[in-house]
Amino acid sequence: MDSDVLIGLEVHVQITSLKTKLFCRCSCSYRENPPNTNVCPICLGLPGSLPVLNKRAIEKAVAVALALNSSISDKLLFVRKHYFYPDLPKNYQISQYDRYGLTPIATGGSVAIDVDGLNRVVRIRRINIEEDAGRIAYPEKSILGSRYALVDYNRAGIALLEIVTEPDLRTPREARVFLEKLGSILEHLEVADTSLEGAMRADANISVAGRPRVEIKNIGSPKDLEKALNYEVARQLNIVKSGGVIERETRHWIKERGITVASRVKELEGEYRYFPDPDLPPVPIGRELIEAIARSLPELPDQRARRIAKEYGVGDYMASVLVLHKKLCDHFENSSKVCGNPRLISSILINEFLRWVDEAGIDISSGIARLSTDRLCKLVQYFESGLISIKLLKEYVRIAVLEDINPEELRSKGLTTLGEESELERLVDEVLRENPKAVADSIRDPKAVNFLVGQVMKKTRGRADPKLVNEIIKRRLSEYGSK
Amino acid sequence: MLPPQCTQFSSISIKTLRERVREDSDFLFKYVEEVYRAIERYEQRLRAYITLRPISEVIDDIENLVKHGKLGPLGGALVAVKDNISTKGIRTTCGSKMLENYVPPYDATAVSRIKNSGGVVIGKTNMDEFAMGSTTENSAFYPTLNPWDYGRVPGGSSGGSAVAVAACEATVSLGSDTGGSIRLPAAYTGIVGLKPTYGLVSRYGLVAYGSSLDQIGPMGRCVEDVAIVLNVISGHDPRDSTSLRVNVENFEKYVVDYPLKRYRVVVLEEMVSEGIDEKVMKIFNSTLDVLAKRDVTVEFRKMPLLHYSLPTYYIIAMAEASSNLARFDGLRYGTRSEAEGKLWVDAYRKTRMTGFGEEVKRRILLGTYVLSEGLYEGYYLKAAKVRRLLHQEFTKLFREYDAALSPTSPTLPPRLGEAIVDPIKLYSLDINTVPINLAGLPAISVPGGFAEGLPVGIQIFGPPLSEGFLLNIAKLIESGRSG
Repeated sequence: MDSDVLIGLEVHVQITSLKTKLFCRCSCSYRENPPNTNVCPICLGLPGSLPVLNKRAIEKAVAVALALNSSISDKLLFVRKHYFYPDLPKNYQISQYDRYGLTPIATGGSVAIDVDGLNRVVRIRRINIEEDAGRIAYPEKSILGSRYALVDYNRAGIALLEIVTEPDLRTPREARVFLEKLGSILEHLEVADTSLEGAMRADANISVAGRPRVEIKNIGSPKDLEKALNYEVARQLNIVKSGGVIERETRHWIKERGITVASRVKELEGEYRYFPDPDLPPVPIGRELIEAIARSLPELPDQRARRIAKEYGVGDYMASVLVLHKKLCDHFENSSKVCGNPRLISSILINEFLRWVDEAGIDISSGIARLSTDRLCKLVQYFESGLISIKLLKEYVRIAVLEDINPEELRSKGLTTLGEESELERLVDEVLRENPKAVADSIRDPKAVNFLVGQVMKKTRGRADPKLVNEIIKRRLSEYGSK
Repeated sequence: MLPPQCTQFSSISIKTLRERVREDSDFLFKYVEEVYRAIERYEQRLRAYITLRPISEVIDDIENLVKHGKLGPLGGALVAVKDNISTKGIRTTCGSKMLENYVPPYDATAVSRIKNSGGVVIGKTNMDEFAMGSTTENSAFYPTLNPWDYGRVPGGSSGGSAVAVAACEATVSLGSDTGGSIRLPAAYTGIVGLKPTYGLVSRYGLVAYGSSLDQIGPMGRCVEDVAIVLNVISGHDPRDSTSLRVNVENFEKYVVDYPLKRYRVVVLEEMVSEGIDEKVMKIFNSTLDVLAKRDVTVEFRKMPLLHYSLPTYYIIAMAEASSNLARFDGLRYGTRSEAEGKLWVDAYRKTRMTGFGEEVKRRILLGTYVLSEGLYEGYYLKAAKVRRLLHQEFTKLFREYDAALSPTSPTLPPRLGEAIVDPIKLYSLDINTVPINLAGLPAISVPGGFAEGLPVGIQIFGPPLSEGFLLNIAKLIESGRSG
């Protein structure tokens, strides 16, 4: 079934590393500002104001183009893309275009991804530089039921890169990994901090089982991308199965509800009335500039994965996962250098840490703050000296990430046994669930408990204290009995 | 020759003003009072202004200049500013209901340069709505009358700026010229108006009509005043990306009563053939005689491509206008009409239907049409090609000649209501002025004489940045003309 899915992405990335907006001197960091305070006549589109290009944006875009192996245009041409929308101050967006003899800053290129051991290459169609729009806020949180809307232009005019792929992605999971990889490339280039809210957004075009493509807008993270696409695949397959027709349409991802909904307003494809922006003469992009940027490119994820696999002996797959998140990878390298045992650390970070970060709904940086190199090294040390089992180690990682508690604190409060006990309790519950008949027998006949104790001991490979196990089971059974 | 509204005192030049102030420090205040007397007597009929500053404010400004010794090159001149040039704290309506109450929070670069050079803004002048028109009858407020004949139009779109100067209700003024909007009213009111080389004067703060054609320029009663104001407002501005990086000359030194070189000028036959009024032609020929006496060689040449300049101009100007005027939706500033419908487009539609006048709507619609998918190549792209060719033709022409001459307008000032009823007739008033904007060239209109008591303007244009020689030739005409 998955082979019938074709996905292409339009990714919008804010060039958060710039100090100022794309065409004015307003700050790039707008997230903390009260509404409409990070604005000026230019980004508000006041009559008579004119855009002046922030030339640093060219350097950033060229670096990205080089990293994606795209071919770079010899000049930067801006066009106006017209549509009326309240968040767009001029009712046109300064963007780029690839027809009428015009050209975006870069075309072509590719990104290699490794999805659960499967290597794929995703082709890039083009890279645009353009300006971001403002944000619309509704008093009732949604357009439905709101009597008015408010617009905040703090974000208007922030420099964006629009990176468009060919429809080369085959599964929602691949799409997620691609977006993570792209984000990581941008982080390695120090072009964007993708962890900032709204810094990386994606629109996905998805075609299921050869049906017309549907565009999903408003996806804010790799995780949401996978969710939205999973939802959309299921939704469309349901329609196909029940003999329905899939229409070419635009839908919006509603994160809070985990669904996509059809757009209320039909987008007029092709009526954007593109034409060269007369306020912005072409800017030549010199070969010397491109060469200078190429020379100073930092280590990129693919190179880094190769180096890490070799240097730390963590295996190609682990390395490829680590480099999907620059900060995670930095954390891995730092911690490995401080406390050794890179294989254990990579396993903790990939198998445990990422999962709990996801569960806690925090970003990787916050997760790293909670499982700092210090804390991580303590855990490795406890484990290596036999103070804690691998199970308890994992439990500690969970508590550290979810509750932000220092493992040392846990130990000094004597929580080691409690931790062990809670781990035992979990196993006991598991065994009770798996053996309903034995549970019923045990409630009637206390001797039958021995069977359950044996099952738990089997699970712990004989490492638990049978007396403690017996106690826990009896406590649980009395709780059941009283219900 | 000056119209009857002027007195010898009120018609004083900037240079004389500066000299008299040096002798008598109170002279400036007497001058301000004299100008306001003219305004009191004639403004009710002429209606050159949309917003006039109270005399007390103007006096305060002048006192400040005097106190800080900052009378500068403009010496306290009263500058009337066209109402599409942004003035901080003074409403800037563009002659439109849409911006009836819009007060810009910033000064246009040209305005701040005026202020920094000892000029005082006296008021904002009437104009065709958003500079779309050639008679000032398209103002959403009222038409401005021609001081030479109250039954005739003063030309447009900078009609208010022309009349304020011609009737001595200001010392000098700023206009804007997209296809003749400075030169045509200068010609019809008997004053001097200069449209600079594209990029010589910053467009920052000029509410855009046709961005690739628009230029702010000075208007004055004599060539010298125009040169002095040009000195002040020209020069590179980092806030306008189309601003030229040139060292500005002292234009005043070109305003001398003798030829600075042996000029070779050309008359393009297409500009003196079809539809030219005989009376206009007579004045034009007498001007050629004046120049011949000053050792200026005059030759005639053909440039058939000029036949395409009017349609080319209107396609480009309207396309750009449709884009530039998209921002007027009543959301962030300007007039908003409360709409019945539920969608934001309903609000936009109502606001734009009621806020814009007919001519503006006509040009937005035509501009939207020529930029539409499928029509773009046939209209906009083709017009852009013709424009390039025209530019090449002029480049070739000015390898042989220093300047070219034509009547500014093919006719005497039309009667009120005469031209406005027929768009084609209205547009053809610009036949000799639009090619200059298409090629980005400088041009000046200088009075050549009178026919039936009405002024006739002579247009002199030349290669880019030839303003100095144009001013010199204009001075030769000014001092050589008989009446």
